[in-house]
Amino acid sequence: MPLASANLTEMTFELADREIQCFYEELQKDAKCNFVFQVVAGGHYDVDCFIEDPRRRMIYRKHKIRQDSLAVKVELSGVYSFCFGNQFSTFSHKKIYFHLEVGEEIPIFATAEGKDSALTQLEASCLSIHTALRSVMNMQTQQRVQALIDHLHAEDMNSHIIYWASSETIILFLVTVGQVIILKRFFTDKRANVTGSLYLGLQPFNVGSEQTSNRKLFGSQICSDIQLDHV
Amino acid sequence: MKHPVTEFLFILSWSLTSSLYFHQGEKEEKCIIEDIPGDTLVTGHYKIQSWDLATRDFLPSAPGLGMFVTVKGPDEQVLLHKLYGPESRFTFQSHSQGEHRICLMSNSTKIAVFAGNKLRVNLDVQVGEHATDESFEETKDMINEVKARMLHLLQQMQYISSQQDYQRSREEEFRQINEETNSSVLWWAMFQTVILLSVGAWQMKQMKNFLIAKKLV
Repeated sequence: MPLASANLTEMTFELADREIQCFYEELQKDAKCNFVFQVVAGGHYDVDCFIEDPRRRMIYRKHKIRQDSLAVKVELSGVYSFCFGNQFSTFSHKKIYFHLEVGEEIPIFATAEGKDSALTQLEASCLSIHTALRSVMNMQTQQRVQALIDHLHAEDMNSHIIYWASSETIILFLVTVGQVIILKRFFTDKRANVTGSLYLGLQPFNVGSEQTSNRKLFGSQICSDIQLDHV
Repeated sequence: MKHPVTEFLFILSWSLTSSLYFHQGEKEEKCIIEDIPGDTLVTGHYKIQSWDLATRDFLPSAPGLGMFVTVKGPDEQVLLHKLYGPESRFTFQSHSQGEHRICLMSNSTKIAVFAGNKLRVNLDVQVGEHATDESFEETKDMINEVKARMLHLLQQMQYISSQQDYQRSREEEFRQINEETNSSVLWWAMFQTVILLSVGAWQMKQMKNFLIAKKLV
């Protein structure tokens, strides 16, 4: 009677940009293997994923995928590698959650004597409770990962808002004060450079030219016939 | 007669003979993130194998190498920082709920340039307390067998229940963050509008005074 054991390994790890991270697991032929992964945080929430069998053949490959769950067909015994790649990303680290369930079917009880004793029934109900709890745990894990994604996203959004709003305010101040200063500087330049700076390239730069009262100022809505005060 | 024993293990067995492993450079630090509720016991079991240049394969063990295990809590407080041997078990208790980082780094003393040796790290992390293996051994007494399985089922249910509680408190945190974001947006928008209007008014006043002073207006 084979032992029925189901191994469940789950891990959350960070994948730096332009890196590949592989996890290896030894699988027996015809074992049941479930592989589920999800990108929890980072960039556009996508990652490359590929699975190689012991002969280094790729049995699964997806590019820029957000999440997936698949049953791996174990045709050969050996070491399978489950890899995640982040090469297409230039600067975002990805946080990836995955779990690998390796196990055989929990066999149905074979009562050696054929009797349906109370204890056998007890074991049978234990088995069914266990299966039900197993599926509850799987659903719970799924929900937990989704909640984690939302949580991280909300935290990011909160800190981004505060950061961007305060930098916008600072930029606003700088721009307005700068505007006033620069505008003032147009009018307070020395006598020699006044015409040049006022005309701002519309007319050739006249250094040292005489002031005439009929000069129109560039872009000015003030007036013509201006007497400039020389500071 | 004996009933066949069925193991209801739902987490990796302790033997680590068929566990997940990954490769790590000698001077590299690899971290695993675990999102766990407060006051939870977490047990980790690892085993290192080092690469042998002669046989071009991994040795069954890594003599002379140890691993620094660092565990950091959600507020970056260090819960565990110890040096263990090439194969060891470590445990820690989480104080507050949230994201904990379990980091492994070998204590290789080679200079980084020469330390190109790869390590194979078999790792298994279990969250929560679990009955030890003895309860799963074959017992001649069927009642004890069934009792052991009941206990295991109870543990499963306790785990599910504690995870649910954890989820509930995470949801509260999540809602709080969202409310904060909402009010942040509102207040910042109003504040910026007020600043914009006042700064614009100041600008106009400045220019008006300036141009009057320059006798242009």
